[in-house]
Amino acid sequence: MPSLKAYKNRISSVKSTQKITRAKQMVAAAKLRRAEEAAKASRPYTERMEAVLANLAKAAKDAPNAPTLLRGTGEDKTHLLIVATADKGLCGAFNSSIVRLARERIVKLQGEGKKVKIVTVGRKGNDQLKRLYGELIVWKMDFVDVRQIGFQQAHEIAERVLSMFEAGEFDVATLFFGKFKSVISQIPTAQQIIPAIAPEGLETPDLKGAVYDYEPDEGEILKALLPRYVAVQIFRALLENVASEQAASMTAMDNATRNAGDMIDKLTLQYNRARQAQITKELIEIISGAEAL
Amino acid sequence: MADKLHFNLVSPERELASEEVDQVDVPGAEGMFGVLAKHSPMMTNLKPGVVTIRNGGDSRRIFVRGGFAEVTPAGLTILAEEAVPVKELDAAAITQRIKNCEQDLADKDSTEATRERAQAELSELKELQAAL
Repeated sequence: MPSLKAYKNRISSVKSTQKITRAKQMVAAAKLRRAEEAAKASRPYTERMEAVLANLAKAAKDAPNAPTLLRGTGEDKTHLLIVATADKGLCGAFNSSIVRLARERIVKLQGEGKKVKIVTVGRKGNDQLKRLYGELIVWKMDFVDVRQIGFQQAHEIAERVLSMFEAGEFDVATLFFGKFKSVISQIPTAQQIIPAIAPEGLETPDLKGAVYDYEPDEGEILKALLPRYVAVQIFRALLENVASEQAASMTAMDNATRNAGDMIDKLTLQYNRARQAQITKELIEIISGAEAL
Repeated sequence: MADKLHFNLVSPERELASEEVDQVDVPGAEGMFGVLAKHSPMMTNLKPGVVTIRNGGDSRRIFVRGGFAEVTPAGLTILAEEAVPVKELDAAAITQRIKNCEQDLADKDSTEATRERAQAELSELKELQAAL
């Protein structure tokens, strides 16, 4: 049986672990609020962008000179998977579930004889994927030294992805990220971003019979709009990812704090029992010593 | 009083304006144009420049870069990649950035790509400076 001292040490170590997890939970809650706000602030832009694109794409989709970003390259050979995860752990299965989704896709695509290229955004995804698919990773990016993810970062990623697309390095790009549904539910999601899928079911504004004037013309606008649309989608995915990460981290840390509490209770009980046993033992020793006289 | 125009200005990071105004001047790809209420529907790319919002006697100026303007019967919407109220711009910082760009351009060691970027940034910054 461990000594009383050993019990005491274990209790105090679990207690300090609990302190850490509780602090981390509170930090995550605060960060989650900020992330949600950032996601909310970006929503009007995204929604309007989608409306504008839906409006334009309807007219331009069937045109033979539609940009390849919208129409696709006409092939389906090389796939680029952009896997966005968090930079830090301590957030439950958040990173692993995104990576798992991406891995299933890789296996499926490779089974169909297609070429796969990977871009990882966030350190954890890179760590997990490079073990199995190290040679497929084309480049990686992380935000370890970025405090708040802004449009700038999304723009950078979009620019690199687009220049790869222009160089004909892939045909289809899919973005993997954790969609933020609620604090307790984050859904790993795969979203195709190139060729762009125009959002459907959006109402186009009622023009009351008037016709749009395009300056310089539809093609030019679409050409400028599509790359931005790609960046906007990446931006939204990054923001959702941050919110999801914090939410997952909050839940995970909440569980950890509770588990630590249970463990402290159990250890305290054992400690008390051991203390009682020791007292009883000492008493027996004294009594039997007295009887022997 | 004439009808008011509903005006929205959004950037990816925030919504800068959503209000009823008299007139908005927009730097379109093919020149500045003013939008009043009941303007015919149109869509255009934006040039880096200053959007002027006029309401009653007041006017506000906002620098925008990269984006679109869309006029529908519901109003005017500007989607800008970057939007900063002119009041918040820092003249000294811009002058410094112009200097940096010019150095990049003058530097013999810089590659074609950096030079191109510097040139683009320079023309943008000049636009900014002119707006102040």
